[in-house]
Amino acid sequence: MNQNGDFIIETTDLKKTFVSKVKGKRNEVEAVKGVNLTVNKGEIFGFLGPNGAGKSTTQKMLSTLLTPTSGTVKIVGYDLSKNQEEIRKNIGYVSQAGGSDQAATGYQNLILQARLYGLDEKTAENNAKDLIKHFQMDSFADRPAGTYSGGQLRRLDVALGMTHNPQLLLLDEPTTGLDPQSRAYMWGQIKKLKEKGVTIFLTTHYMEEADKLCDTIAIIDNGTIITKGTPTELKNSIGADTVVLGFASDDVAEKAEKILLKNFVDAKIQREINILHLQIKNGDGAVPNILRLLDTNNFSAQSITLSKPSLDDVFLKYTGRSLREDKE
Amino acid sequence: MKLLQDIKLMFIRNVQHTLRNPIFMFLSLFQPLLYLFLFMPLLKNLGGTPGLPAGETVEIFIPGLMVMMALFGSAFVGFDLIDDIRSGVIERFLVTPVSRSAILWGRVLRDASVLLLQVILITIVAIPFGLNVKFEYFLISLPLYVMIAITMASMSYAFALMYKTEDALAPTINTITLPVSLLSGILLPLTLAPLWLQNLAKVNPFSYAVNASRALFTGNVGGPDILIGFVIVFLLMSIMFYWSIQELRKIEE
Ligand SMILES: Nc1ncnc2c1ncn2[C@@H]1O[C@H](COP(=O)(O)OP(=O)(O)O)[C@@H](O)[C@H]1O
Ligand SMILES: [Mg+2]
Repeated sequence: MNQNGDFIIETTDLKKTFVSKVKGKRNEVEAVKGVNLTVNKGEIFGFLGPNGAGKSTTQKMLSTLLTPTSGTVKIVGYDLSKNQEEIRKNIGYVSQAGGSDQAATGYQNLILQARLYGLDEKTAENNAKDLIKHFQMDSFADRPAGTYSGGQLRRLDVALGMTHNPQLLLLDEPTTGLDPQSRAYMWGQIKKLKEKGVTIFLTTHYMEEADKLCDTIAIIDNGTIITKGTPTELKNSIGADTVVLGFASDDVAEKAEKILLKNFVDAKIQREINILHLQIKNGDGAVPNILRLLDTNNFSAQSITLSKPSLDDVFLKYTGRSLREDKE
Repeated sequence: MKLLQDIKLMFIRNVQHTLRNPIFMFLSLFQPLLYLFLFMPLLKNLGGTPGLPAGETVEIFIPGLMVMMALFGSAFVGFDLIDDIRSGVIERFLVTPVSRSAILWGRVLRDASVLLLQVILITIVAIPFGLNVKFEYFLISLPLYVMIAITMASMSYAFALMYKTEDALAPTINTITLPVSLLSGILLPLTLAPLWLQNLAKVNPFSYAVNASRALFTGNVGGPDILIGFVIVFLLMSIMFYWSIQELRKIEE
């Protein structure tokens, strides 16, 4: 079925321009300006970017909801412009708005969804019960969805997206607006789906989410992908890690600085009274060496911390802006 | 057939939705009942003027009231659709393999069913007021009201899909329904109207629906009024439903 090997999604120069008339004037918004991306089978792929970057628009095109202005998409083995019916059967999509019927119960929502995918009544009932179990919705599945907490509602939304057991699940901002506990729970659920073999393509504007949850990240800004890679690759591309060493006195710190400078020629060191900041490549590897060096010279550091560059540093490097500023 | 199965699923979903709040279905009966109790008695004393033969005022008034219910009862269903658009329900349906037109068929058939129920209730209430209509003519009139309801519901859905906000939908629907109802002789026959008004009413398709409805209730089934009314409403319904489907497809552009 899948003719293009390992890629479950492959887009080439995907573009979307919205044309609208505002007070009789033609108004064009280039929401997506030529996106090339590949998503591997079985991974959690994260689309990270600020509000208005074009994440939802891209996902709506992938889910057959919006017709691309130009470009090609191959998804779950099919050509988006030709095999929409087949694609719909093989993907699940959970929009930012969710999409559950608030007046109906979770159970009723799941039954209708299954019937729309062609399951008969009996199979739909069993299917709904399985999903309720899998997403631990037993305690609230018989209440109208309108009475659910944010976290409960999101679980129902994702369960609706998984109703027909798709091989690919598209999640648009699955944890936006959730409290930390519900967010952690949702991350767990998403990982569980990955273990079952489902490929996940999610969008987010939370760096932490992209970092902790995703195998691959593409950072999008202003309709264009600015960089992509694994979280580690992206952060390593920034270069240096920071090692912070604390000493008993400024005197000791000053001596330690000299020794460190001699031995770590690429490192940049700054001293703040009794604290040294080392900018150094591959900090993980350097820390044991630093400790050994100090030890053989009879200095002992009172504290040592290693901090890695964050995805925010990556975003900053490419756009000159911080992703945090865009948070609502 | 898949389309029929999809329509059935969508119809049941929308009926359940209505049944969760049945009060609204009955609230919309309040206005017609007021007309029946507080307006129809006025007409009785007008009987004998041209177009309003004495002894037939009830049979002239009730069929107009039926058309009014079909017009107004279904004109505002678009608000419900806007809710579903905003909460993402429509997008969720659109990414399933469900047939596009079934999403709208399921709604307009629900709207038509609600209207049928209301028509039957009003008819029963009107009998003690002296309504005297042949049962078979009453049955024939039902598809006419169903088609009017589908016409107005489709129009309402088309505007809802086009605007996606209540703010724009409300004034549009009001602007259309008021002249359409005034120019169709719903409350009083247009034979009472000056000639210019009668001519103006001729461009209003629903005036033909009212004529057909009255012909059936008064038993004047010999003339062409019934056929003309049915044909015009059928064409208008087809156009409006087609338009609403086009607007639904535009969501995906
Ligand atoms: N239907 C639309 N018509 C016009 N502009 C739109 C439409 N949908 C989205 N946009 C614009 O396209 C850009 C990208 O939006 P979106 O994909 O929703 O961003 P994100 O999901 O990353 O926050 C924004 O500038 C947004 O205002
Ligand atoms: Mg978005």
